[in-house]
Amino acid sequence: MNGGRSRDAGEPLLLGVRHHGPGSARAVRAALEASRPRVVLIEGPSEADPLIPLAAAEDMRPPVALLAHAVDEPGRSAFWPLAAFSPEWVALRWALEHGVPARFIDLPATHTLAWERDEEDGEEEDGEDRDGEDGRTDAGAEQGALDEDVRVDPLGVLAGTAGYDDAERWWEDVVEHRGAGKGDALAPFTALEEAMTALRETYGSGGHGRDLIREAHMRLRIREAQREFEDGVAVVCGAWHVPALRRRRGVTADRALLKGLPKVRTDVTWVPWTHRRLSRAGGYGAGIDAPGWYAHLFAAPDRPVERWLTKVAGLLRAEDRTVSPGHVIEAVRLAETLAALRGRPLPGLGEATDAVRAVMCEGSDVPLALVRDRLVVGDVLGEVPDTVPAVPLQRDLERTQRRLRLRPEAAERELDLDLREETGAERSRLLHRLRLLGIDWGRPAVSRSGTGTFRETWRLRWEPELAVRTAEAGVWGTTVPAAATAKAEADAVAARGLADVTALAEHCLLAALHDALPVVMRVLADRAALDTDVAHLAQALPALVRSLRYGDVRGTDTAALAEVAAGLAERVFVGLPPACAGLDADAAEEMRRHVDAVHGALGLLGDAPAARDGRLRARWRTVLRTLSARDTVPGVLRGRAVRLLLDEGELAQDEAARLMGLVLSPGTPPADAAAWIEGFVGGSGGGLLLVHDERLFGLVDRWLTAVPAEAFTDVLPLLRRTFSAYDPGVRRTLGELVRRGPGRHDRADTAVAGVPGFGPGVDEARADAVLPVLRLLLGPDGDGETRGERVGVRR
Amino acid sequence: MSVSAEPTSVDPRRNGSVPADTGAARTDTLRPHAEHAFADELAALAAQDDRPRPARWRLSPWAVATYLLGGTLPDGTVITPKYVGPRRVVEVAVTTLATDRALLLLGVPGTAKTWVSEHLAAAVSGDSTLLVQGTAGTPEEAIRYGWNYARLLAHGPSRDALVPSPVMRAMAEGRTARVEELTRIPADVQDSLITILSEKTLPIPELGQEVQAVRGFNLIATANDRDRGVNELSSALRRRFNTVVLPLPETPEAEVDIVTRRVEQLGRSLDLPAVPDGVDEIRRVVTVFRELRDGLTADGRTKLKSPSGTLSTAEAISVVTGGLALAAHFGDGVLRAGDVAAGVLGAVVRDPAADRVVWQEYLETVVRERDGWSDFYRACREAGA
Repeated sequence: MNGGRSRDAGEPLLLGVRHHGPGSARAVRAALEASRPRVVLIEGPSEADPLIPLAAAEDMRPPVALLAHAVDEPGRSAFWPLAAFSPEWVALRWALEHGVPARFIDLPATHTLAWERDEEDGEEEDGEDRDGEDGRTDAGAEQGALDEDVRVDPLGVLAGTAGYDDAERWWEDVVEHRGAGKGDALAPFTALEEAMTALRETYGSGGHGRDLIREAHMRLRIREAQREFEDGVAVVCGAWHVPALRRRRGVTADRALLKGLPKVRTDVTWVPWTHRRLSRAGGYGAGIDAPGWYAHLFAAPDRPVERWLTKVAGLLRAEDRTVSPGHVIEAVRLAETLAALRGRPLPGLGEATDAVRAVMCEGSDVPLALVRDRLVVGDVLGEVPDTVPAVPLQRDLERTQRRLRLRPEAAERELDLDLREETGAERSRLLHRLRLLGIDWGRPAVSRSGTGTFRETWRLRWEPELAVRTAEAGVWGTTVPAAATAKAEADAVAARGLADVTALAEHCLLAALHDALPVVMRVLADRAALDTDVAHLAQALPALVRSLRYGDVRGTDTAALAEVAAGLAERVFVGLPPACAGLDADAAEEMRRHVDAVHGALGLLGDAPAARDGRLRARWRTVLRTLSARDTVPGVLRGRAVRLLLDEGELAQDEAARLMGLVLSPGTPPADAAAWIEGFVGGSGGGLLLVHDERLFGLVDRWLTAVPAEAFTDVLPLLRRTFSAYDPGVRRTLGELVRRGPGRHDRADTAVAGVPGFGPGVDEARADAVLPVLRLLLGPDGDGETRGERVGVRR
Repeated sequence: MSVSAEPTSVDPRRNGSVPADTGAARTDTLRPHAEHAFADELAALAAQDDRPRPARWRLSPWAVATYLLGGTLPDGTVITPKYVGPRRVVEVAVTTLATDRALLLLGVPGTAKTWVSEHLAAAVSGDSTLLVQGTAGTPEEAIRYGWNYARLLAHGPSRDALVPSPVMRAMAEGRTARVEELTRIPADVQDSLITILSEKTLPIPELGQEVQAVRGFNLIATANDRDRGVNELSSALRRRFNTVVLPLPETPEAEVDIVTRRVEQLGRSLDLPAVPDGVDEIRRVVTVFRELRDGLTADGRTKLKSPSGTLSTAEAISVVTGGLALAAHFGDGVLRAGDVAAGVLGAVVRDPAADRVVWQEYLETVVRERDGWSDFYRACREAGA
């Protein structure tokens, strides 16, 4: 074997890499091909050894991740993601293809997970134990939470020494962009090892205190392998560890370091992973910026930049942008010259992106965002075979099912839940969360026993395919709440319409996913701000207010929701008057429903402890007034606005009558007037209004008799629609009023003593008939009588 | 600070005023060309530039980038930054010229398009005067060639009777030509550039001759990407350009700085009385413009709709100048919210239907809640009533 530095016989071949570095991956493959080791040792949790053969399975497709989780606490977990271009994955596959044993040599996850548990002082633990070390440059500083001291970012130091301000770029230039197959396969590793040795001499463990223990474990495993295979041992590990693994240390000293480590019962499995989660944007603190670009670098046999720009051109063409091969040629030239200007050996992603922007996208960043999303990050989803051990989500679900005494049964049954009880509430939350995850074990059903907000009825049926769904949902998290939260957040970002997001917010509240709410709310607020269609906003508001009320019943904190609801209402207020102008009949009718919905929602919002409540109501009334007074607004909306104001007590009956008289005067086209009437007295309670206010009734009556014959046939359908919606009783009373003749309401107008709108004089006999019932209701003593008088008609 | 914000339409030659600290060469001309004003720097760069230069370039691409971005040469000569903004913009622009592609600089008014193009031409060719000013009346002769009719009549068609355009001269001499405000030029005249850019020849059918571009010829065009009444480039022409969009000032501070400086200069030339303490109001105008332009509040927490207007830095300057005039002539000499409110409203609400909703939403959801902005809120409501 021909390492750059002469290796003593029996010394292991140490291949220092950067995790997820395509250049490292190529180099590892070349080095393994060249040296043909008899065993490959890989940095990774030792208990995952039994899972290694699965990596060769037919339907195992990277990106995948090794997932270790505490058996009793599935939420405590750690991931080791591996993409096709990860050096570890390449080493693993090489070993399996060549029938060479492969082993994981890092400290077992049973200890690392236990460490985490012991550190339970609340600092954010994102489980990714490996992030902080070696190759990943960004993580060094940020992952400080895991360690006592400030960590050294080894690549940052090297890049700084070389005069680079960005460590990623330095690594790309020096390592990743090296073409394959040039010169000695082991030379890059030797050079890197020398650099790392110098660094470790300066910085020691660099603040990565636990690395010493992990390295001790790795050394022991390497030694074990050496006893077995003598000099055919290759090790693939983070470049940072190489000097420590090279050093000779006593077995006893290493054993001593590993003594008495805490333990927790741990299970390991493979889970599918995605490029999006490999990328930084995916929310896992550490990762790589451009998994799609790296995958391309790794997969492209040659001319990576040309191939990349051709790919980009293909994508843009698919999106209907005209991109010719001429564009690609110019983009390649620009990228290469740009790289030269910037002093880089080869164009990198930055140069390629600049070239795409200037040549193919006409300087615009909009199509670039698409390129970034589809290609630079990419939509690659990994797969694992069915034979992998159960995912922790499944265990968590089973545990929860046991705890809540909810057996999964194939037969359908109905379940009534009382949300005031703890068990009932928890069961409801579980079912709602599962629905969010697409595991439709329970479906909400119409309750038979009343419709209180504290009751829920579910129809439960466990079908075998739900197990598959559970396994699929495993990508979202290791416990039901965590997975549902992640899924809800992803759904919110991907949601198309405003209404979808509001529905999701409602769902989050039902499922008590408080952690997901901020994201959902932010998306909701953003969507609301950018939506120019008032109808959408008006549709969203009721659902949101409903959610607020659910939240109240379930004792969740809804301050954020109230804030968003108030903001949404404000936007509706601003947008509504212009949106109501010049609508045709159908659109006006739809808008009337929106106005009603907003009105109802604001009423409910009044009950909730929402911010700015009083002011909102006042502003809504101003909007209604504007609507009622604007001539360009269709009659049905104006009538509705007047009616709502009247119901609110904002408009005196006299004023309402005046407005009605105005509309029903001969100057208004009959069709418009009929629409106004529909808006005003249509819907629930409208008939009663006419029954009780004879003045309004008289106005309608007089107008109707004055409608010219030819116009009458036009307004008739409208009026019929309005009046046929009333209860039969109301219709009959109205009919009686009409039959009584018009004489009565002339007197009504001149009545002095009557309540405005009511007929003069009181039918004493009928009034007296009420009194016994009132007395019965209000109490047997004499007091009841006086009260009865006050409540009832005035004598 | 070289991001200038002077409206190009006033006088293109003056766009991008020479910053006071760059030591403009003292001559009798009101404003010397870039290659004269910065002759020392160009000479120093040329003297120490040992990198390969494309044919007929005065400097290597690296030196051109340094000239625009600023830096210190090995012998200690300090090169002042001509363009303050993303490095990427200048690098892509220089590279485009080096790869023999035409460069199109896009941006809203006040993003230093003309300034960058002039300095690029000065650094690359040592000559920024081969300029075609684009207007609605720019004829084809301005881009191709014209005739000296006296000679034409006297001696018949010949090369002597031909009046070359700046573009033709640039082709013949291997220099950089500049076309200002490309999108204002009528579409059919624009398209006469296509042959020049793709075939690098300019046929003269009258003489049966042609002018072939010499190595080193290139073209820099500037255009306003959000202006109204522009003649959209045909896709055939667009294909022949690499496009670089010059961004608006990145930070509010930079923008406030530009606005303040330009307002001062304008105020002096209009003989407005000096108005103290206008900075707060300027900051407010800039904040409103930036927020509406970006569709995002300054704290990054609330998204907003954007109005149809450009809301460029140049417009902010004119709003503030207008406000100053109001304050000086009709107010108490202090720039107040009421003085700028009407101007802001006018700049934002360009489309009476859609923009008004945008503006009202902004007022009600953002301005009203903001601490210390109640006077501005009231003033805007009054102005909008």
